Amino acid sequence: MTTAPETNATQESRKTPATPPLAAGFQDPVHDAQACFRAAMNAIARPGTRQAVDAGGLTPPAPLTPVAAALALTLLDYDTPVWLDKPLMASDAVKAFLRFHTGAPIVSEPVEAAFALVGNPGQMIPLASFNQGSAEYPDRSATVILLGQDFGAVQAVTLQGPGIQDSAAFSVSPVPPVFWEQVAANSRQFPRGIDLIFAGDAEIAALPRSTRIMPTEV
Amino acid sequence: MTDTAQIPDSVYEQGEYNFAYLDEQTKRMIRRAILKGIAIPGYQVPFASREMPMPYGWGTGGVQVTAAILGRDDCLKMIDQGSDDTTNAVSLRGFFEKTAEVRTTCETAEATIIQTRHRIPEKPLTGDQILVFQVPIPEPLRFLEPRETETRKMHALEDYGLMHVKLYEDIAKNGHIATTYAYPVKVNDRYVMDPSPTPKFDNPKIDRMAALQLYGAGREKRIYAIPPYTKVKSLDFEDYPFEIQKFDKPCGLCGAENVYLDEVILDDRGGRMFVCSDSDYCEERRADGHLGPMAADPAAARISSTGIDGAKTGETVR
Ligand SMILES: [Zn+2]
Repeated sequence: MTTAPETNATQESRKTPATPPLAAGFQDPVHDAQACFRAAMNAIARPGTRQAVDAGGLTPPAPLTPVAAALALTLLDYDTPVWLDKPLMASDAVKAFLRFHTGAPIVSEPVEAAFALVGNPGQMIPLASFNQGSAEYPDRSATVILLGQDFGAVQAVTLQGPGIQDSAAFSVSPVPPVFWEQVAANSRQFPRGIDLIFAGDAEIAALPRSTRIMPTEV
Repeated sequence: MTDTAQIPDSVYEQGEYNFAYLDEQTKRMIRRAILKGIAIPGYQVPFASREMPMPYGWGTGGVQVTAAILGRDDCLKMIDQGSDDTTNAVSLRGFFEKTAEVRTTCETAEATIIQTRHRIPEKPLTGDQILVFQVPIPEPLRFLEPRETETRKMHALEDYGLMHVKLYEDIAKNGHIATTYAYPVKVNDRYVMDPSPTPKFDNPKIDRMAALQLYGAGREKRIYAIPPYTKVKSLDFEDYPFEIQKFDKPCGLCGAENVYLDEVILDDRGGRMFVCSDSDYCEERRADGHLGPMAADPAAARISSTGIDGAKTGETVR
């Protein structure tokens, strides 16, 4: 925000470095959003499976990633308050990108958010910080999107629950050391609880609250 | 309410509609409701149902769900009481052919999305398919408790005693549970859900189904879902276990057994036969050479060649 009125263009360009142009949104807003939504829907309907996401040539400002930006453009709008973790919140370019393309209000309290974007998931705040929904309206809970996720990690957890035929192995990193205990606690309060989407380079996976984390045999 | 889901031509003539009719803001809102519905199997998610160019009661909930998930590469099948050829099915299929220009089909196996009213196809669905139900009354407790605040509380507390009392009264009065349509189920051991007015014959199909199930109620503004492979149990009692309808004869035209049959009238002298409610299933079996006991009957043959849907007595209609 500028505080002094601009007198002419020369003065402005001398005072502040030229603002980089805002990165573009989806090339094909209707069909790119549809494809990204179907990936998210399949991911939540089949917890732990990896679903390809074509980020539609998005080049969002770092640390926002193309796949996370695609999810944001697909799911967020002025009805969905969004919370950003420190690295994302620190970037004016990220905030400008999200405001311009989604209109979502950016909130500073995690519990107020319908969606949360976590740019540094290795040090994310506890899942209990987010809106868990109520017993009568469990759908009002937050969806938390973790960025920069790698699905090739060695340590895996075993998943059971709706959307999983018997059980499924799932591995993802980086997440905090206490993460899986938090996810298990999250699913124990079903039907309340948050839903997790893991955004990788070209794929996503999800763990809705209905998924149970089983102890893994070594 | 009009007789059919006939969509006025003016809808298409205006020309200025988005892909699959709904605007992007509405799709996003419905998509978010769908994701929450899948995350909480059997729970009814409120959503801001939009005006659609067909009257409530003719599939506006299912249409909005289909419009929100549909993509250019999808192949859509539209069924109404098991048939692709009723006025409603034809009308809704035409709606998506015009507004989304997607491929449509009558073959169950070919479809990626199947929107249905009252039936589930006989052919098992796969993990690559999505089944969208048109739901008139989503709240299974509504006829026991008219107040939304109260039914919401009952779901929150998992307090389903009233529902069991009702079913047990059925047994006391009839010697068995008389409910044959919209037979209540418990999803994932948690929420009691109305599987929409499908015959209870179809209830076992939604238990651990490989396909994703999405349910849309337009007038009541609710979306709910059952993810693949989710446990869905029809409510019953130890001494009165859940049973599906049994038909003592096979399909008159294709000879299929263990399928849901509709009664059709053959002539004005009271001649009747029972045929597959799922007309695509029946046609495919006949094309494969299966013959039912009535296939040689001239009246039955006429019905078989002109389409069985016009001849159905409408017994499956509630
Ligand atoms: Zn048949």
